[in-house]
Amino acid sequence: MHSTSSVKHPASSREATLRVVFVGHVDHGKSTLIGRILSDTNSLPEGKLEQVQRACAAENMEFEFAFLLDALLEEQEQNITIDTTQIPFKTAKRNYMIIDAPGHKEFLKNMITGASSADAAVLVIAANEGVQEQSKRHAYLLSLLGVRQFCVVVNKMDLADYSEARFLEIEKKYRVFLKTLNLETDVFIPASARFGENITARSTKMKWHHGPTLAEALDAMTPMAPPTDLPLRFCVQDVYKFDDRRIIAGRIETGMLQVGDELVFSPANKTSIVQSIEHWPPVTAAATSPRANNGIAIAGDSIGITLHEQIFVERGYVASHSKDAPIETNRFHADLFWIARQPARLSHLYTVRLATQEVKCQIVSLDEVMDSSSLERNPTKADQLARNEVGRLTIQTRAPIVLDNHDRLPPLGRFVLVDDGMICGGGIVYDGVYTDRGAIKSKNIFWSEGKITAQARSAQHGHRGAVVWLTGLSGSGKSTIAQALERELFIRAMHPYVLDGDNIRHGLNSNLGFAPEDRVENIRRVSEVAKLMADAGNVVITAFISPYRADRQRARAIAMEGNAEFIEVFVDAPLEVCEERDPKNLYKKARAGEIREFTGIDAPYESPVDPEIVVQTNQQSVDESVASILERLLPRLK
Amino acid sequence: MTTRTHLDRLENQSVFIFREAYHAFKNIAMPWSMGKDSNVLIWLASKAFFGRVPFPVLHIDTTYEFPEMLEFREWATTHYKLNLIVKINEEARGRGIGYETHDPVTVTHELKTVALQQAMAQYKWDALITGIRRDEDPTRAKERYFSRRNAQFEWDYKDQPPEFWGQFATTAANGEHVRVQPLLDWTEVDIWRYIQRENIPIPKMYFARNGQRYRSLGCRPITKPITSNADTIEAIIAELETTRTSERAGRAQDHHERNAMQKLRAKGFL
Repeated sequence: MHSTSSVKHPASSREATLRVVFVGHVDHGKSTLIGRILSDTNSLPEGKLEQVQRACAAENMEFEFAFLLDALLEEQEQNITIDTTQIPFKTAKRNYMIIDAPGHKEFLKNMITGASSADAAVLVIAANEGVQEQSKRHAYLLSLLGVRQFCVVVNKMDLADYSEARFLEIEKKYRVFLKTLNLETDVFIPASARFGENITARSTKMKWHHGPTLAEALDAMTPMAPPTDLPLRFCVQDVYKFDDRRIIAGRIETGMLQVGDELVFSPANKTSIVQSIEHWPPVTAAATSPRANNGIAIAGDSIGITLHEQIFVERGYVASHSKDAPIETNRFHADLFWIARQPARLSHLYTVRLATQEVKCQIVSLDEVMDSSSLERNPTKADQLARNEVGRLTIQTRAPIVLDNHDRLPPLGRFVLVDDGMICGGGIVYDGVYTDRGAIKSKNIFWSEGKITAQARSAQHGHRGAVVWLTGLSGSGKSTIAQALERELFIRAMHPYVLDGDNIRHGLNSNLGFAPEDRVENIRRVSEVAKLMADAGNVVITAFISPYRADRQRARAIAMEGNAEFIEVFVDAPLEVCEERDPKNLYKKARAGEIREFTGIDAPYESPVDPEIVVQTNQQSVDESVASILERLLPRLK
Repeated sequence: MTTRTHLDRLENQSVFIFREAYHAFKNIAMPWSMGKDSNVLIWLASKAFFGRVPFPVLHIDTTYEFPEMLEFREWATTHYKLNLIVKINEEARGRGIGYETHDPVTVTHELKTVALQQAMAQYKWDALITGIRRDEDPTRAKERYFSRRNAQFEWDYKDQPPEFWGQFATTAANGEHVRVQPLLDWTEVDIWRYIQRENIPIPKMYFARNGQRYRSLGCRPITKPITSNADTIEAIIAELETTRTSERAGRAQDHHERNAMQKLRAKGFL
């Protein structure tokens, strides 16, 4: 029952289909232009033109080329294009797929849907009205969507007396605007879609135009080449275990992958070597397929691979080569366009989808909103982004996300935000920081971005997070000062918190005693907790004897690893004074030999060499001590 | 080799969509008409899942099938190891609904769309993978890769979710389902070129016999052959390169009255 012929047909000499999106301000004549192209290139179904002409005659309406597209009744009634449509046509050179994106303001999402897959764009501007809001907006969106190849048709030249001066005026104005978007084209075409001037045939009414007709301009464009020269990004869609093979299925977004390559899978940072690229049907039967048996896959390919080493991989992982790995972060900056009716809100929980990753996230700051007509960026104090607006903002994810800057690697630099299952907006990533995976352990990768976290939090809290590390002998006054300091900060609407022996030893460190190794571990854990709390934006005040310089140095290093401010405060009092105060009767017990290795008695206290602050509690009152700490501390928290 | 053809690009995109759908939905089925597009779908699914079609394949049997198509169904089910479900709207046939007595729009609705609804009610699929293409009909030009249908099977083509950067609306509320359409970007000629390149088995009725062939296959009483001597794929492609007649011109239900296709589709026809 196998009916296909085995005779090989020579490959078509025609070039691959070019996908072209038509955009422009409402009523600038896109549909007419498309109707005209279909008609003039003989791409309409037989009798279609005549049928529409007859229908128009019957309804007593003047025929318009735009009617050819309006296949659905509703569209004809409203006289606007409702949704993206795709219509094929062909020239002598190649096949085209026209993506007709609507000009009506409310239908941004449809334009994005259409334009995002386009190889090239035709921007339509009516000669009589000139550059309008959407002429700018659509160009901006094209730049955002990554469509860089386009031409500009100045349509309706018949309404401008085919005037070269009018054409040049619009060209000049639009060029200036395009430059602000870093978009460039040499191709501006004066045309009249209605009368077929400079569409497929050269206009006799505009002999002053020496550039191409629209058809010539389109034929000069090229389909987007697969981005094989960018670093490899293989995005995992699924892992299949239908038989004894464990096949990692996904699409190569950029770059190339070969059998034998060592791949790094982010975010797990696990490596393995590609054992095979799997095929169905088995290679011999598909010998005509160009990638049947050479063991190489390139950008755009949907493939499946097996690995030598069975590391854990799941959907959302991104494989790269170890050099040129993507960014792994929980926070990034983006330009976001919003298409949902409900505005984008700060702190609302969204889902970010980037390639095959899906992670919960929040918009933590909205920095600039773009004016929809002037396209100027303005700093904003707004806490939401309305439908059809574009904002510059910062997004924080609940789990690590793997991404690239959009200007470096577009497919991993763009994402959508999803709310309640609906795609609400799309964005592109900028200003992400690449780190060397080989040099920095994965845990640090987050904290290198954490510095920004601290800034955003400090903006919200009104102060930075910090660790104020009090050190000194038992009875020197650490706990008293810590509590007084906490109160002072608290009444300043700040976020202080005291970590002392009581709330640590009874909980987190309840399994630790006082042996030297336990003391070291005690301080290490305190240091880590302090770092986390400082990173959360708190001013953490620790009150531990912490007698060893090495331990305090480590506490400082840990805090700095979390980008927290670390302030060492030496709470100084002579041993005799402390022993005399002895608030918990500990010195007495130590002297009596009931407590072993008590600091100052039978264990050393190593005084700080260069503390940020020294208070001498035998000379200063508690209030004085706190005041002198505040004087030094507050400037450092700004 | 580091270049890819137009067909490679289409194949890659279709495979990507198959895998996204398989991940996103628990309970998928793929309607299968045994027509050329349907067989390309089976082929692409086998590519996406490395030699298996990991969900049931549904044939809506109108009882007006060409015998050669049923023969092909048997052969292909075994060949691809398909999990085949055959659904007939027995209730409508019992009421005497048929081409002998009713108009094609009514019969198509009852024996195809209602039959599909019955199967959906029975198996509770949350997604259907369909073989529709944008170039087939103007109403299909507006489709998305992932296209939601409400519980009444209605398609709200005026308010469709956006679809870009490989991100799709993959959720269906209770009672809704999503039509997943991996062939949306393919044209009729693409389908033939791909069948040729991959050597995909298709029913013989597409090839000319005695000066006639079928360009599109449906129910026996309402599917008319075209005049053609194209008895090989090469000849069919050559014929399509020059024709300006629409593909579904031989399918009576589309033309029975004005906007028939739109009416059928709004009610849930594929």
